[in-house]
Amino acid sequence: MQSLGASEMNKVMSNKLMITLYIFPALFLIAVLIIVPLILTGYYGLMDWNGIGSMTFIGMENYINAIQDAAFWDSAWHSLLLALFSTLSLVIYLAVSMILASKIKGADLLRKIYLIPMLLSSVAIAQLWIKVYNPANGILNTILRGIGIENPPSWLANPDVVLYAIFIPILWQYAGFYILIYYAALKNIPESLIESAKIDGANPLQIAYKIKLPLIMGVVKVTIVLAIVGSLKYFDLIYVMTGGGPSGSSEVMASYMYDLAFSTNNFGYGSAIGFLLLIITLIVTIIIRKLTASKEDIQY
Amino acid sequence: MGRIGYILLYTCLALVAAFQIFPLLWLVLFSLKDNAQIFSGSPFALPSDPQFGNYLNVWQGGIGLYFFNSVWITGLAIVLTVLFASMATFAITRMNWKLNKFVLGLFMVGLMIPIHSALIPLFSMFLSVNLIDNPLSIVLTYTTYNLPITIMILLGFYYTLPREIEEAAVMDGSSINRLFFTIILPMTTPVMATTVIINMIYNWNEFVFVNTFISSDEYKTLTVGIQNFIGQYMTDWGSIGATLVISIIPVLLAFLFFSNKVVEGISSSAVKG
Repeated sequence: MQSLGASEMNKVMSNKLMITLYIFPALFLIAVLIIVPLILTGYYGLMDWNGIGSMTFIGMENYINAIQDAAFWDSAWHSLLLALFSTLSLVIYLAVSMILASKIKGADLLRKIYLIPMLLSSVAIAQLWIKVYNPANGILNTILRGIGIENPPSWLANPDVVLYAIFIPILWQYAGFYILIYYAALKNIPESLIESAKIDGANPLQIAYKIKLPLIMGVVKVTIVLAIVGSLKYFDLIYVMTGGGPSGSSEVMASYMYDLAFSTNNFGYGSAIGFLLLIITLIVTIIIRKLTASKEDIQY
Repeated sequence: MGRIGYILLYTCLALVAAFQIFPLLWLVLFSLKDNAQIFSGSPFALPSDPQFGNYLNVWQGGIGLYFFNSVWITGLAIVLTVLFASMATFAITRMNWKLNKFVLGLFMVGLMIPIHSALIPLFSMFLSVNLIDNPLSIVLTYTTYNLPITIMILLGFYYTLPREIEEAAVMDGSSINRLFFTIILPMTTPVMATTVIINMIYNWNEFVFVNTFISSDEYKTLTVGIQNFIGQYMTDWGSIGATLVISIIPVLLAFLFFSNKVVEGISSSAVKG
């Protein structure tokens, strides 16, 4: 009976028409609206094109221009700084998660509170932090004046500080996300391991560094990839807060591409930058995965 | 660990919580004030004369329409994404065909790529089929770009479904459609709920697609709507605050009632992604 059922089921489940019907909607949409556009970006990059009129094939000119374009490299440098900053802030998230996972009462509630900013739209976050940074009435400068600092900067209008001023809300936005992931991983460590280390006389710092950290290294590596790749393609918050300004001082790769295409109608050149963004992101992803690969079998 | 140690640790955690919450508390406070109270009083003072009118004004001044657009676009895209993703996951995990791993790999490409790289071709494709400034372009892109993450979350659950149930149904002469719609889908309700809420948060907050494909006010969703709206009300902080609070309330309510689902969805999407 059992084998008859299995073979009958194999037959039903091998019905080509039904398989096609079930896979088609998702496959069609992903092929047409994700895969094809990615290939087209590289192709459009070979064109001189304003987005509406006809395209003129100009070979590698856009790509060569991009490589010589100081503004593009500035934006790439800013994206890289953001990636560096995001990776370093993982240390803070990890420390907070270690504390949170060490039998703290109310840990579950706290990690949910930490997560709240992650649920808000980048536009709402950006508009809120524009107000926080408002030079005259923003809460930051109000507090700074309150503690006796006479002339606090106009955070978003000053080219020297604007990029770092934008990093803070990004940290605010993602803190709860990484803490959530680390907390879940730490909670998976068997209690007996910690107990036996305590009996051997290890102090809390040793336990954190020598036992807990190595045990969750797989998850840490995944978060490093997420932080770096996420930073390289970061866009929304910067676009809304400063539009890349003042004069390009907070421009990142994605916002540079967006402005080229949708503000100055330079669709050919914008596509070339978009394709470079794709290639850079893929190369960096592969490099980090190679660098952080280990014998353990980690499935991303 | 000593008592002082615990106090230090709690202080540390409380400071992080304060950092995460304070900007939002301040937002709610100034959404209920007028400019005179905001500019002269202490930032954390309770509003002396709460200006609920701020909310009414912005709602009638256009935010109501954006809100409505966000609701139906978010809702329609959720239904399509979860339906198509469930069908695809069923085909990949339960049906017998050779290319299933390859197709799954193709789907997962969508998790890695920067969406901005696809933006210009998407724009020109929609332009050529007259879908620019048409909400259908938004529904299609939301549906598509959330498929990979939704399939990712569904996969694990589908792999654990027992084969015996399908066998019994097939032996009873049930068709694939009946098996899928009346047996499998109801069994996956818990994980579908997780994907619905994750999709809701993503769609509600999406900005760049609407900003690129939609130009008419009548089709704008909240994210792009408030961006323009705030331009008009640049100096009226109370109205700006009320606008922002209205835009974040649905997500906060969803989190309040389904926080475990949100946590589950976010962590399962991240650890594998």
